[in-house]
Amino acid sequence: MENNKTAWERLSLVHTKGRPTIRDYIPLIFTDFYELHGDRYFGDDHAVMGGIARLDGRPVTVIAQVKGRNINENKDCNFAMPLPEGYRKALRLAKQAEKFHRPVICFIDTPGANAGMSAEERGQGEAIARNIAEFMTLRTPIISVVLGEGGSGGALALGVCDELAMLENAQYSVVSPRGFASILWKDASREEEACNIMQVTADDMVRLGVAEAVIEEPLGGAHNDLYKISENIKEYLSLKIREKCQKGIDELLKERYTKFRKIGEFME
Amino acid sequence: MTMFEDFFNVVKLRFNGNEDSSVPMFKCPRCQGTSPLDRYEELHRVCPNCNYHGRLSAPQRIAITADKDSFCEFDADMISCDPIDFPDYPEKQEELRESTGLKDAVITGTAEIRGIKTVIGVMDSRYMMASMGSVVGEKITRAFEYATDNGLPVIMFTASGGARMQEGIVSLMQMAKTSGAVKRHSDSGGLYITVLTDPTTGGVTASFASLGDIIIAEPKILIGFAGRRVIESTMRQRLPEDFQLAEFMQDKGFIDMIVERRRMRSTLAHLLSLHGFGEKEV
Repeated sequence: MENNKTAWERLSLVHTKGRPTIRDYIPLIFTDFYELHGDRYFGDDHAVMGGIARLDGRPVTVIAQVKGRNINENKDCNFAMPLPEGYRKALRLAKQAEKFHRPVICFIDTPGANAGMSAEERGQGEAIARNIAEFMTLRTPIISVVLGEGGSGGALALGVCDELAMLENAQYSVVSPRGFASILWKDASREEEACNIMQVTADDMVRLGVAEAVIEEPLGGAHNDLYKISENIKEYLSLKIREKCQKGIDELLKERYTKFRKIGEFME
Repeated sequence: MTMFEDFFNVVKLRFNGNEDSSVPMFKCPRCQGTSPLDRYEELHRVCPNCNYHGRLSAPQRIAITADKDSFCEFDADMISCDPIDFPDYPEKQEELRESTGLKDAVITGTAEIRGIKTVIGVMDSRYMMASMGSVVGEKITRAFEYATDNGLPVIMFTASGGARMQEGIVSLMQMAKTSGAVKRHSDSGGLYITVLTDPTTGGVTASFASLGDIIIAEPKILIGFAGRRVIESTMRQRLPEDFQLAEFMQDKGFIDMIVERRRMRSTLAHLLSLHGFGEKEV
């Protein structure tokens, strides 16, 4: 792994044109993928995709945030900023996975939830809150992987899991560095400075107890070798899904609760 | 987040020159009308002219909600560390603890409302805009765990600018921690009533504030996930006047009822009673 990059340099890697997206990974990690659409209430959000597939022959449910690979794809998926119906689709598919005893694999790749008028009108806050609460007690294993950016509650809505892995250059943050600079210093142009002090890298996540694993990227970043990075992700998922499926579900749920329960620093 | 700080200090004390200048006056930030400050305070910070509901501190809220001397505080001495070594964060907290008398942005404990025992939590926007960091997350989580273990209902008065930026990702994870505790309380059959107060936004809206069995809001308060400024600047949309007000959010289906402050205590007592709390054993 490359240890000498700043958080900001890693973020620019994540923003590199050609960085693989979930659409690139699916055919290389899974077989028999069938995409399933819609939240059954309002619509089908293209910033979140989901479906059923096989991982090493085992049926799994895949839920992922979708980044575009070009401007047209990005317009279609709204730059991976989900609407409430995206989160509700994710919850529907997670519940379906629970019913059919399939493990859930979530891929996080979003700058944040959609901040727009229609998102507010349809209850962005409620949709995210509901996912967080329901995923906490979902009676099937959940593994989440941050592919690029994991921004704010929009990422956490797919981030309540038994184990979280970060790609080596991926970031996870309370808000995008730009938003952070804008909120705290009223100056969005200080985003580089923000990025470097926010503690957002894969190593930071492991140290803070947010992530359990870092998946190594090819030299120079994931875009340099799609096959290699897909193989690394697949290897991690195969191992973890097998491991979590062997555990009793009650024990797994207790550990999932504890994983989040213990995060925080205070004195009394 | 601190985006609402501007709003917080709008309630200014004015001395009205035309009347007896020794009577302190309250100027309402909504209707711009003035009324004697005593009258405004007597109404628990509600404007007598336009029904504007001003912000209350957590101790004030507890005083007007709980039976006298019934409040027992949990975790009164818990204070935050500095999980991501954020510049000046410990100093800023030190100052706020001094100036507000609070240890962080939420007070939790048990209380009785008309003799009915409940767990209660009240957020206080004077403390870093009641943003959620480790202490807020831990205290709320413990309050729900206590309620679950003791078969008690929970009433949360929410107010928040969102996540505590100075605690970075640790702050985001408090959303998961609190929501997990709410879910366990709910799964055990517990009653959870949320009272949204001004303003309830960001990560608090996207976690425990939206998970009540019954969600109440005070009139005309601000409720949302993303802030108005953020939406206007990023989406280049002009927003309607009433956007994200309690009435708007009720119309969109996210709030059960809007309750005026003077009726809040009796409403809560009735709701607790309707769920079987406080009923005499037969």
